[in-house]
Amino acid sequence: MSLGLAYRVRIEPSFSAWREEARLLLRQGIAPDQVELVSTEQDHAMTFGFAPAPAPDPALAIQKPSVPKAFFELAEIVCCHKDPDRWQLLYRVLWRVQHERSLLLNELDEDVARMRRMDQQVRRDLHKMHAFLRFRMVSTPEDPEEHYISWYRPDHRILELAVPFFAERFAVMQWTILTDYASASWDPQSRAVTWGPGVPRSEAPPEDELEGMWRSYYSSIFNPARLNTRAMKAEMPVRYWANLPELNILPQLLAGAESRVGVMMQQQSSLSANTYVPNDHTLPVLRDAIPRCEGCELYKPATQAVFGVGLAHAPIMLVGEQPGDMEDVEGKPFVGPAGKVLDQIIAELGFDRDTMYVTNAVKHFKFVQRGKRRIHESPNLKEIGACRPWLLAELDAVQPQVVVCLGASAAKSLLGAKFALMKDRGKIVESPYAPRVVATIHPSAVLRAEGETKQVLYNYIRQDLALAAQTAGLAG
Amino acid sequence: MQVQQKLEILADAAKYDASCASSGAKRSGNGTGVGHSDGMGICHSYTPDGRCVSLLKILLTNYCTYDCVFCVNRVSSDVKRARFTPQEVVDLTLSFYKRNYIEGLFLSSGIIQTPDYTMEQLITVARTLREVHSFGGYIHLKAIPGASDLLIEQAGRVADRLSANMELPTQQDLVQLAPDKKIDVIEETMSQIFEHKAEADEDRKTASSRATVKRFAPAGQSTQLVVGATPSTDQEILATASHLYGNYDLRRIYYSGFSPFPQGDARLPLRPAPLVREHRLYQADWLMRYYGFKGEELTTPEQPNLDLTQDPKLTWALAHREFFPVDVNKATREVMLRVPGIGYRNVERILRIRAYHPLSLEDLRKLNVRLKTVTPFVTTTDHTAATTLDAMHLPEAVVIPAQMQLFDAAVGASTGQI
Repeated sequence: MSLGLAYRVRIEPSFSAWREEARLLLRQGIAPDQVELVSTEQDHAMTFGFAPAPAPDPALAIQKPSVPKAFFELAEIVCCHKDPDRWQLLYRVLWRVQHERSLLLNELDEDVARMRRMDQQVRRDLHKMHAFLRFRMVSTPEDPEEHYISWYRPDHRILELAVPFFAERFAVMQWTILTDYASASWDPQSRAVTWGPGVPRSEAPPEDELEGMWRSYYSSIFNPARLNTRAMKAEMPVRYWANLPELNILPQLLAGAESRVGVMMQQQSSLSANTYVPNDHTLPVLRDAIPRCEGCELYKPATQAVFGVGLAHAPIMLVGEQPGDMEDVEGKPFVGPAGKVLDQIIAELGFDRDTMYVTNAVKHFKFVQRGKRRIHESPNLKEIGACRPWLLAELDAVQPQVVVCLGASAAKSLLGAKFALMKDRGKIVESPYAPRVVATIHPSAVLRAEGETKQVLYNYIRQDLALAAQTAGLAG
Repeated sequence: MQVQQKLEILADAAKYDASCASSGAKRSGNGTGVGHSDGMGICHSYTPDGRCVSLLKILLTNYCTYDCVFCVNRVSSDVKRARFTPQEVVDLTLSFYKRNYIEGLFLSSGIIQTPDYTMEQLITVARTLREVHSFGGYIHLKAIPGASDLLIEQAGRVADRLSANMELPTQQDLVQLAPDKKIDVIEETMSQIFEHKAEADEDRKTASSRATVKRFAPAGQSTQLVVGATPSTDQEILATASHLYGNYDLRRIYYSGFSPFPQGDARLPLRPAPLVREHRLYQADWLMRYYGFKGEELTTPEQPNLDLTQDPKLTWALAHREFFPVDVNKATREVMLRVPGIGYRNVERILRIRAYHPLSLEDLRKLNVRLKTVTPFVTTTDHTAATTLDAMHLPEAVVIPAQMQLFDAAVGASTGQI
């Protein structure tokens, strides 16, 4: 077919216009290579060189074209494609289908493959329009009714295909979709669409105040440790971005992501003694390493780290909370007033502290300075967790039969944050870190208590230590 | 606290849940409120980490009484806390939905007071959306393990999907890292969902008018497994997955590579699980669900983890060379599904096309099959793989080099090619 000589039929860009022309052509028996179907969109100036219509060929004429349903379904989509060649392609396939009944099933046929490709492209464009169209709510004091307006540019002529989706989804809203080639407005009362002409992007509605909220959401839901803009662009090509309110903060998000990851990593690693604990879990090696620990912030104001003392393979390990004022200065656990209480109970039970191993859940003294005095402050869960690797290393080195947690901090370290000390003290319980653990009250509680309570608490510790000794197989 | 601040905190807290799907439930527009669902699911945006934004995915609150070590919201973590009122969530959902930002709501929560109380709060939000606003969009609710059967039933009546998260693949892992979670409690909840759904589906099948029978979680249930927070192997993870798919008819399992977060616990790994491990698990999961593979075929006692360098289907093929070559013009669907490089869609297309004419390599290429991967394993009209199958260096020849991990580059610990 040489240019300018073919018989040319101009098609208004709509499926029904094409169908009318195609039916006429089939009836006259005009084969696809005798005619050129062009779109009126592209064919403004090309009015020269029309060939006259070829003579109808009764032998080829088809009065009642038989068209498989599959062809119609495909053609309705393909005719929205912007490819100017689509009308010709559709006619050629229609013509061939008259003789090759199962043509559409052969996806390897060039015409069929092309039609299917165009079908996919239009469907994808339609899917993206359903996804990426954004309404902006407009209401004025004069017209307080909420009106949702969108300006969107699809790749293909798909407004008509797209409208039923929005009509079903937003049936109760008053909305308008503007594109560069046509527009559609929905009226929730009459439940009907009004079609109109296209408008340029400059006619798009002004920013909606809810977009700030949406941007906040968008910035909060991604994981900065897993940036993958390649995957993002593959699914949401850059040409759509102008339409998406959340995307205009993308540069800031990307710039901020790396530093957010850095902070995440640093915060996590700075809150653990893990990296300071040697792999060799023997007491001399551990004791040697602990002065260098900066696993949390407590090392800064404290005098020194206080490591455990006692028998290397003791059957009982006592775990206190943290060193106090005197322990911090002397570098040994339980040498202050609470230690005296502990010693007294142990002696009453007929044991010796030297046959046990004594340490703390947190190795540095935490305090607040009041004038010249340093007032004890309990470590928080973060600090207890950060120091836990030291305690676990000691457990591993000593391998005690029974662990006694003195007070809530030690119990939290080994038995979890929700362990209820007063409810569950004095029982043999299992911890993820040690098979047999008994929690009891901290000896300092005895010092602080008054009146009868003092003796009650004292007796609790005594009973619980006796239980621990019995469990460990010690005879008092 | 302003709603916007709450949104930042409670969206941030929800981002560790991988699921954001809105597919699987068809719901027509009801004419009195906004919303419908065509069953396909729509991603309205994509985040810079390449993930789909389909739902408003938030927690009702990130206060939590549990102390799961791997979770940023555990009681002992000192993250900022916030709590939405149910009405605030309803308003946000509707405002976002009307502007076409989202397909619906995915609401989860920290455990406050008791599992029942927490579940009731989530149901209140969904019920307000459905009953007061006739909302027809997608709703995914977290099913709180241990909540009463009655509440699970109520949740399923208003939600499209329910999910009870397993999080860790073995009871031992849970003891270590999630002392408040028990596998049998989670499975009990899954089983309640399964039974209510089976019952509702049965009722709809036998009812004379389907419209009169209420649906129960039409998009089914899903769960999430955190990968790489414990030393559990892929074999154990896939065994758990098979068990869950088999017993509770799960629609999907999400595998979420462990990712470090602020104030993480010292028991956790400092570095994230490699993204590619998560990817291999998804591939294995698809092979189990759509390709007729059994979980135990994909790993071996000697190799309990999936090979990070290649697709698990290829690993299987290289270990079962006696199975090949497969003649694409004669083989059954089941056999063809096992050929590396041919996906299940292409299997269907090949079956359709070969009824009209036998396929050559060029035909496969037209179907966008990667010939380099597929030629060692197939026979076509113009090619037989018999000679290449025993060739040396076959794995190297067919494996696609993996992409470098962006994250590794970011922390300056690049391992280069995996």
